[in-house]
Amino acid sequence: MHELSIAAEIVSLAVTAVEEAGEELPVTVVSVRVGNLAGVVVEALEFAWDVAAEGTRCAGAELRIERVPGRVRCKACEAETQLSDPPQFACGQCGMPTADIVAGRELDLVSLELEETETASTELSHAAPNS
Amino acid sequence: MQPRILEVRRNILKKNDEIAHSLREVFTERGVLVINIVSSPGAGKTELLARVMRDLREAGLSVAAVVGDLATENDATRLAESGCPAHQILTGGMCHLEADMVGKAVEAFDLETTDVLFIENVGNLVCPQGYDLGEDLRVLLFPCTEGEDKPLKYPTLINTCDLVVFSKMDIAVAVEFDIPLARRNCEGARPGVAMLETSARSGAGVSELVGLIRDRWEAKRGERTGAERAGTAEISRPESHRGVGSLRRVVAPPPEVPGSSG
Repeated sequence: MHELSIAAEIVSLAVTAVEEAGEELPVTVVSVRVGNLAGVVVEALEFAWDVAAEGTRCAGAELRIERVPGRVRCKACEAETQLSDPPQFACGQCGMPTADIVAGRELDLVSLELEETETASTELSHAAPNS
Repeated sequence: MQPRILEVRRNILKKNDEIAHSLREVFTERGVLVINIVSSPGAGKTELLARVMRDLREAGLSVAAVVGDLATENDATRLAESGCPAHQILTGGMCHLEADMVGKAVEAFDLETTDVLFIENVGNLVCPQGYDLGEDLRVLLFPCTEGEDKPLKYPTLINTCDLVVFSKMDIAVAVEFDIPLARRNCEGARPGVAMLETSARSGAGVSELVGLIRDRWEAKRGERTGAERAGTAEISRPESHRGVGSLRRVVAPPPEVPGSSG
């Protein structure tokens, strides 16, 4: 269950990014990219998200997760192929075992959506946005 | 009402990666070889490690260990029986070690006089994967009491390991462990990974493991010596393992390598 640590880290990064941008609006959507080889259970991350976000600028925000399939490059035939899930580390074209991973380890915070209100720069509300 | 989009594009584990990076710099500066040991719970990490630490110490190296568990200091106590210092990290429920925990734990040791540092991770085949601890080697301990298909079930962690050490091999026959199949499965999860069969009880394979660690340490020590002697291409290597541990710590230039031009 390291997903709770990851959720807490996402919240911390998001809060810092909003502060650095000088924004005071609540966060409504947090978009992350999670590779299939990142060792993260997406369901556990979603489960941990609400708890981690509670009491912060991200409270009530939706966690939008984009999965990135694992890809390997083959040294023998130079093909770049997608791995199955769960992965077998072999070239999808010629079957040669390969550990040359080119994608799938991603664990990135991509972007945030902030609630735009008519009276911008009003005080920060911790209430969940009305959808 | 349009939402405002804020592009961030940051690695979520960046903070851990940054701490691990500075730890790695400190370890390299001090010539400390760092080995992160991962496995499921009960794979025999502490048993094998205590033996390897004792053998390395007897070979003249200065060895220390940090060990992570949710609770109890049992493992640190067992490791300390090897005669080497061991520090327990209590994770209080956390399923893996993070770089800042290791950073705090190593404050208990004098890294300047440490040659090899072992990090015994929390027994877990999933969560430790994404957390760089500043290690040089990540070693998976694979006990013969587990199914040969463990690498197929947990491929992503094994894919990040540099060495697979089979443990408890003294009972491999009794538990009908199919070693060729287990090796093939490891190869499938991490093509080209080095593998070693060991038993802490019988001592089989332990000297190979100790030798491998010594070789890696000497190579790392060479890097450090090379950095200290920047401007000269010469890298000193010890001729024998006796007294090597103290050699590394002398401030004066290392002894001449026979046949070197400098």
